Parts: sequence; structure tokens; C-alpha cells
Amino acid sequence: MRLHLEKRPQPSRRWTDLSPLLAVVITMLAGGALFALLGKNPVEAISTIFWEPLFGEFAFYYRPQLLIKGAPLILIAIGLSLGFRAGVWNIGAEGQYIVGALSGAGVALAFYPLDAWVVFPLMIMAGALGGWAWGMIPALLKLRFGTNEILVSLMLVYVAEQLLAAMALGPMKNPDGMGFPGSRNLQEYPAAHNADLIAASGLHWGVVAATVAVILAYILLGRHVLGYQIRLSGEAPRAARFAGVNPGRLILFCLGASGALAGLAGMFEISGPAGQVSIDFNVGYGFTAIIVAFLGRLHPVGIALAGLLMALTYIGGEIAQGNLGLPAAAIQMFQGMLLFFLLAVDVLTNYRLRLAPRPETA
Amino acid sequence: MDLGSINPILLLASIMAASTPILLAAIGELVVERAGVLNLGVEGMMITGAICGFAVAVGTGSPATGFVAGAAGGAVLSLLFALLTQVALANHVASGLALTLFGLGLSALLGQGYVGVKPPPTARLDIPVLGDIPVLGPILFSHDLMVYVALALVAVVWAMLKYSRAGLILRAVGENHDAAHALGYKVVRVRVLAIAFGGACAGLGGAYLSLVRVPQWTEGMTAGAGWIALALVVFASWKAGRVLLGAWLFGGVSVLQLNLQAAGVAIPVEYLSMSPYLITIVVLVIMSADKSRAPASLGRIFHASQ
Amino acid sequence: MTLKSILTGAVMALGLGTTAAVAQDDKTKVGFIYVGPIGDGGWTYEHDQGRLAVEEHFGDRVETVYQESVPEGADATRAITQMALNGADLIFTTSFGFMEPTINVAKKFPNVKFEHATGFKTAPNVSTYSARFYEGRAIQGHIAGKMTESNIVGYIASYPIPEVIRGINSAFIHARKANPDVQFKIIWAYTWFDPAKEADAATALIEQGADVILQHTDSTAPQAAAEKAGNVISFGQASDMAEYKPSPRVSSIIDNWKPYYIARTQAVIDGTWESQQTWDGIGPGMVGIGEITDAVPADVKEEALALKASIAAGEYHPFTGPLKKQDGSDWLAEGETADDGTLLGMNFYVEGLDAEIPQ
Repeated sequence: MRLHLEKRPQPSRRWTDLSPLLAVVITMLAGGALFALLGKNPVEAISTIFWEPLFGEFAFYYRPQLLIKGAPLILIAIGLSLGFRAGVWNIGAEGQYIVGALSGAGVALAFYPLDAWVVFPLMIMAGALGGWAWGMIPALLKLRFGTNEILVSLMLVYVAEQLLAAMALGPMKNPDGMGFPGSRNLQEYPAAHNADLIAASGLHWGVVAATVAVILAYILLGRHVLGYQIRLSGEAPRAARFAGVNPGRLILFCLGASGALAGLAGMFEISGPAGQVSIDFNVGYGFTAIIVAFLGRLHPVGIALAGLLMALTYIGGEIAQGNLGLPAAAIQMFQGMLLFFLLAVDVLTNYRLRLAPRPETA
Repeated sequence: MDLGSINPILLLASIMAASTPILLAAIGELVVERAGVLNLGVEGMMITGAICGFAVAVGTGSPATGFVAGAAGGAVLSLLFALLTQVALANHVASGLALTLFGLGLSALLGQGYVGVKPPPTARLDIPVLGDIPVLGPILFSHDLMVYVALALVAVVWAMLKYSRAGLILRAVGENHDAAHALGYKVVRVRVLAIAFGGACAGLGGAYLSLVRVPQWTEGMTAGAGWIALALVVFASWKAGRVLLGAWLFGGVSVLQLNLQAAGVAIPVEYLSMSPYLITIVVLVIMSADKSRAPASLGRIFHASQ
Repeated sequence: MTLKSILTGAVMALGLGTTAAVAQDDKTKVGFIYVGPIGDGGWTYEHDQGRLAVEEHFGDRVETVYQESVPEGADATRAITQMALNGADLIFTTSFGFMEPTINVAKKFPNVKFEHATGFKTAPNVSTYSARFYEGRAIQGHIAGKMTESNIVGYIASYPIPEVIRGINSAFIHARKANPDVQFKIIWAYTWFDPAKEADAATALIEQGADVILQHTDSTAPQAAAEKAGNVISFGQASDMAEYKPSPRVSSIIDNWKPYYIARTQAVIDGTWESQQTWDGIGPGMVGIGEITDAVPADVKEEALALKASIAAGEYHPFTGPLKKQDGSDWLAEGETADDGTLLGMNFYVEGLDAEIPQ
């Protein structure tokens, strides 16, 4: 006798909903053990991470921060999920995020100090266009030459990072910045500032865009023929071809859309919360968003929830650092564990655990 | 500008040493990918190997033991990835990224007591006769043992993939896991072994960084070397020999630009730093005309339910 | 209604603005925001040593908190706000990139004192502080000029910013004074911290004949490269790097934030804290010169110590005329010393340096 995985005919509805909760519970137990090992009170540490940002005494400040931290993750992850569903693997969202930010900031800096309403819409367009163009490189190479988009998009992340450094130290450097690297602060340029729509709410245009993206993706996947084609290509590529799906168009759409959304996220970040082009502007949202997309089961609503959960662990983790003196590394490990368990329990959605006699083969 | 101050012999010798960590990590990842598994956690395994190797070398005073521990550390961490992808059938890309996150955190925790500690020195091999050969001697025969271990590993992997039965099975599993399964090969077992080998190699590469190249322990010291190793495997189009070439090229561009700067050549550093990645993309494009390509089952999840 | 009034209003409504002042009256809370991990062995490590010194000096009278590896931008704003909300009375933000976040948060918490390292923007409750590392560079330059036999000094620079350029100029001026034939070879690593790259840079310089390595990056990798090469000397950077004594590391520049952190905490406790711009050097002890080892000949060591003493006493300024810029134009006349404004924005090399600042 041995444990055996048996494929379910249909993904289990119950486990789709239950497994993330189970994972969070297991993570709390394992994380608690880790914190105890470091000599901290595990209950206090866990409750600081999950409770404090939402209901603690300073929740009025942290709740808006959840939106600020979660919005770019959700925006990028929604774009990525389209491709992941269709079997198009864009893992270079970090690069598209950077290029979108540079394009948006470039427009703003070009118009500085012109105070006109048109600047911000132009920045939005430039951001989306920049990310889109960066995403089209792996798409076109894949179409024309059949190169692997995973690797090309990943390579382009490094190129974008170098480009960012070059811009922060060169063309986009603040002329009034005493020679230090980094551009002007867009937060001090009203026409370009992506400010909170309601003061101190955390609700900036990026949050709006993320919400719209979730709704649009939901409609697209559920109602639109393109969404149907995306799902079909991912689940049954051969059937998709017979059904008349043009794989080339799909690749262009998926990489273009995810690139544009990542670019938008970058633009909203650089014109709002981050404020300026600096060498270390990117903090890994593009990679974290991949994880968010999977945590959300590639479903728009799931992604929105997963993005907020990730944001919660970031912010709660920071509070735990400040209040309890937990090292940043422990928080990083804790997040890694959460991902491990979420990925691991996902198996229960598609498979059933069975005790079975040892089969002849395998 | 004084290009004459660059000594080509010393330059080539430096490139050989500089490319060793990424070479080790890349040759391991190559085996993993040939088995049809895409493990993006190389960075996490490298840095875990770096601290395990460092801690043990400091503790025992023996760099050799340290290298063994580094390899073991990387392998143990990679088994987490194996558990996720091979047993729990999780997505490779997400699992690999999670592994990197986890490894960076773990290494920082393990390394808390080792900042500012100097590891025991790794002896440079002075190969008597060979080392005295003009030109070739300094380039090829004046390194520490690990440089040769890395080269030997490349040769072994190359020979194994090309000639041995084990290599054949590995490739079969990577190309079409369903067919390999139907033939009676144990797909999961082969992949777990490949993943562990990849982890050990990455750990070894990390330990080389912390014990020889740098040598010290600091958080985040791999500084992206694991990602470069991933690029290298692609650059090499999954061929062991070309990994060596690629590692020298990557290491070479970096060392060469530093040498050009020292010689007073004004070069745009950021743009030059992009070049290895752009070259890799170009190689990918050229390669697509070539017959060699990614293993067909790369990154796909296998479940023996059929 | 601005963000500030809403926030402070909310704080007041919850009665928290007062808790910080009343409940913790006897204990001063000091916060530190770090850009790197405290285990980096360099920049952040030394700031954390300063934090520990504050704890040791004041004992139960203060409580310190820190947050490490804080990215610049929105995350820094949140980290600083969080500390302020949790009742910190004094917050040190220890990286140039935290300048805008510090200023922004300071507006919302007028009762909390902020100290920002290496920046140039101040506010009624924001001070800036930085160290005159170029004073230490002058001493290194002198030793380098005296000790080099190949007359080639290698310099590993990080980013082309005034701070780094100032260091190169100061070291070069004093190396030339000690040895008119000396040449500098400069490598821009474009990183503050990447041990493997720093090792490669040091090796490249050594292979091109440098027998003295100066570094403006934070890891000990160049020390190890120098040790491996033999007959090369180097200097510790940011921390003492004493594990490479007596050679190759013959001396070091140590970021010593302890006296400043203790003094500023004391000022908050006494209620005498005022916004100011501090730029201290060897004299007040913010720049420490690590032990000059016996690998340096006794007479050179004596000259170096004399130089250190005259800088510390304020008798000598490392940028004293006559000095010309690299393009041959006059900069400082005989006896004239550089003003702080020029030094803070320094974007040119002095005459004699055979290199270009990357643009």
C-alpha cells in the first residue's frame, strides 16, 4: 500500500476554495515554529503579521498601504495570467515594468515644468506603450524565429535594469540634484503626480487601473471569444488549432497585454509612490507578480485576493521587524514558506489522495 | 589610454577563475533542464551553498569539507523544489521563484554570525612542470582545485549525456516524459536525481564564491550570479561544451570591461553590461535555425495517471 | 485639509499622539532605517554599530528599533511612518535615497525628530549629517604615493557622484605630493556592493601593474584579491577590515557614527535638539583612521599620522590651493581652501588625473 495521486475528472470546487486557507494555516504553524526558534513569541509574531495591518491600532495607516503595495502586483499579475492560461510564459514583467516607468517618467520630464492636464494622460499612454513594446520583443522573436519567450523575456529584464541605471545616472538625472543619481521628484510636479484621489486613502490611479483590469479580465475570460481561445489554447492546444485559433495572434495579444499592464504599473509607481527614477527603482514587483498570479489560481478574483495577501505579508512583516525585532531574512523565509505551501496544497484541487496498492509500473 | 597595460595571459587566467561559479551552477542547471525540469531557484541554491560551505569551512578549518557542505546544502534545498514539482505537481516557474526567495532568507539567517569572518585559504595548485610552460602555464595550470573540478564536471556531463545509458534515459525523460514512462523509465526518480545534482552544483558554485572568489560571507553576495547561470544554459542551447564557452564569454565580457576601464578606455559601462544578455538573445535567434532546441518537456508537469 | 492634518487628526483621535509622549516619557525611542542588511559588513553594518553604541551608552533610558533592507521609494516612506506611529522620538534614515521619504514623513510628524544621512534637504525637524571621508582619503593618498613602487595606484570607484569624485581627487592630490610620478587607474564598478565584481576589478587593476588598491565599495573582496596577488597593499573601507592586517590592509577609513548618534540622542533627551547640517571629519571622530600597520615604513607612518593630526586640528584642509582643474583652468589660488558648496557638488577631476568621469 502507498499514497497515490489520482487525477480528478474535474478540478474540485471545494478544494479550490479551501486549499489557500489550508496553506495559510500550515504556514502559520511552520512560521510560528521558525519564529519560536529565533526566540520570539510565535503567537505574537504571527498575529503582528496578519492582524496588525488590518485591525491593529494603526490600521488607519496600513490599510491604504495595502492598496499601494497590492495594486502593482495585481495589475501585473492579471496581465501575466492571460498568457499563463494560454501557455505563453512571460516572466520578464520586471523589465516591462521598468521600461513602462522610464517611458512615463520620460514624458513627464520632457514636459517639465509645463503645468497642463494633458501631461498625465500622455504619461499613461507612454507607460503602457513602453511596456507593450518591451513585451513585443519576445513575442515577435517567438513568432518569427520560434525562440523561447521565457528566456528572452528574462534576458530583457537585465537589459532593462542596466537601462534604468544608465537613465538615472545620465539623461534623466535631476539637473538640480547636486550630481546625485536620480531624476526630479515627480511628486513635486503636480501635472505628473499620481496622487491619492482621496487624501491618505492609498487610492491612486494605479489602484483604479488594477480594479478595472480585474473586471475586464473577468469579462474577457468568462464572456469573450478571445478569452475562450486563451483557455482552450492552454488546456488543449491541438483542439484550439482545429477550432481555428490563430496561435500567433494569441502570442502577440498575451505578451502585448501583459507588457502593457506591467508598463502601466511601473508608470503609476514612478509617478506616485516611488516618485523618481533611481537606480534601485524596481523592487521585484514583476517577479512577485508571477507568484501572485499562481496563488490566485490564474483567476482574476483570485489574483486580486492573492495580491492583497502578498501585500499583507510585506506590510505585516515590516511591522514585525520594527516592533519585535524579527530580522528581514526571517520574513523573507516566511513568505517563501507561504508560497511553498500554497503551491503544494494546490495538488488537492486537481488530484485526490488515495491509498492504493502498489501498482505494477511507475 | 594604454591598452598595452593589459596582459592577455593574466586576463585569460582571470577569466577562467571569474567564470567558475557560474560555470558550476550552469552545468548543474543544464542537467536539470535536460531532464525536462525548469528550476528558476538557482540563485537561492547558490547562496545557500555559499553560506553552508562558508560556515563549515570556518568551523572545521578545511575548505574541502566546506565545498562538500556547500554542495550538500544546495542539494538539500533543491529537494524542496523536487518535492513541490515532482510530488505535489506544482508549477515549475512559481516553485523556482519561491525557492529563490526562501533560499535568500534562509542563508541570511544562517549567516548571521559569520559577517567579517575570514575563511581558511584554499590552496592554489602549483602543478610543477605544466605550470612553468610559457603562456599556457599561467592561463591553464595556475588555479585552485575547484577550477579543474568545474572543468571536469563539464566533461563528465558532456560524456554522460552523449554516450551513457543514464544520459539517454535523462534525455528521453526530458524530451517526452509520457513516452519515457511508457518505456518503463521512472520519470519522477530521474528528475529528482537531476534536480538534486543541479542543487549540488549550484551549491558548489556558491561555495566557490564565498570561499575563493571573494572570500567572505555577506548577505546577498551572489548578486544575481544564479540568474546569469540560467541565461548561460540557454545561451549554450543545452549543450555542455557550449556552457563552458558561454561561461568564458560572460565572465570575459565582465573582466574585459573592467580591464578596459583600468587601461583608461572611456566606455559606457551600463551599455556594455547589457551586452551578454543581448548576445544571448541573438544566440537564441540564431539557434532557432539550428536543430538543437529546448528539451520538449521543459517545464511541463508529469503525472503518471494515464 | 491636507494629508498631514488628516493623519495627525487620526492619531490624536486615537489618543496615540499623547501615548508616545506620556507613557514613554522616561524612555526615548530611537529608530534606524537601513538600506542594506545589517550583515553587509560595510555601510549598514557600521550604522548598526552606532545603534548598538546608543543602546550601550544609555542603557534602559532608550529603546532602539531598526528596519533593514528597506527599498527606496514608497517602502521607505511606509517604514519611516511606521516607526513614527509607533512612538519613535528620533529616527535616523541612513541612505541618500531616503531623502524625499524622510522629508515627506517629517511633515506629518512635527514632534518627531529626523536625521537623514548624506542628503541636502532639511526641515525644522529634519537634520542632515554626513562624514568628510575625503579627509581620510588624503591620508590614504599619502601612504599610497609613498609606498607604490610601480607608481600605479588602482582605485575601485562605485558610482560617478560627487562623494566618490571628491575621494578620488583628495587621494590623488596627496599621492602626487608624496610622489610626483604616481598615476591613478580608476575602475567604475557601478555598484556599492557586489563582492565578485569588486574582486574582478581589483584583479584587473593589479594585473595592470597597480600595487596599491584604494576602494570606494564596501566588501573585503579587493583585500582578498590583494592578499592573493602578494606585494600589493590596500585600505579598509567603511569598516576596519582588520582581518586583513597587517598586510595587505595597511590602514582604513572607518565610518564611525557612534559619537554622533549618542550626541543626537542625548540632545533629544535633553530637549535641546535643533535642525542642523553636520559634515564632520576626523576631528570630531566621525571619520576614523584604522591602525596603520607595520607594513608601512616608520617614517611614512609618522608623516601620515602628522597629516591626520593637522587635519583633525583644522590646521590643514585637504583641498588647499594652488590647485587646478583637470582641463588646466585655475580652481584654488595659493593658500585658498575649497568651500563646502563646491565640494558637495564636485563633478570634475583635478589636474594630473589621466581619466574621464563617465557621463
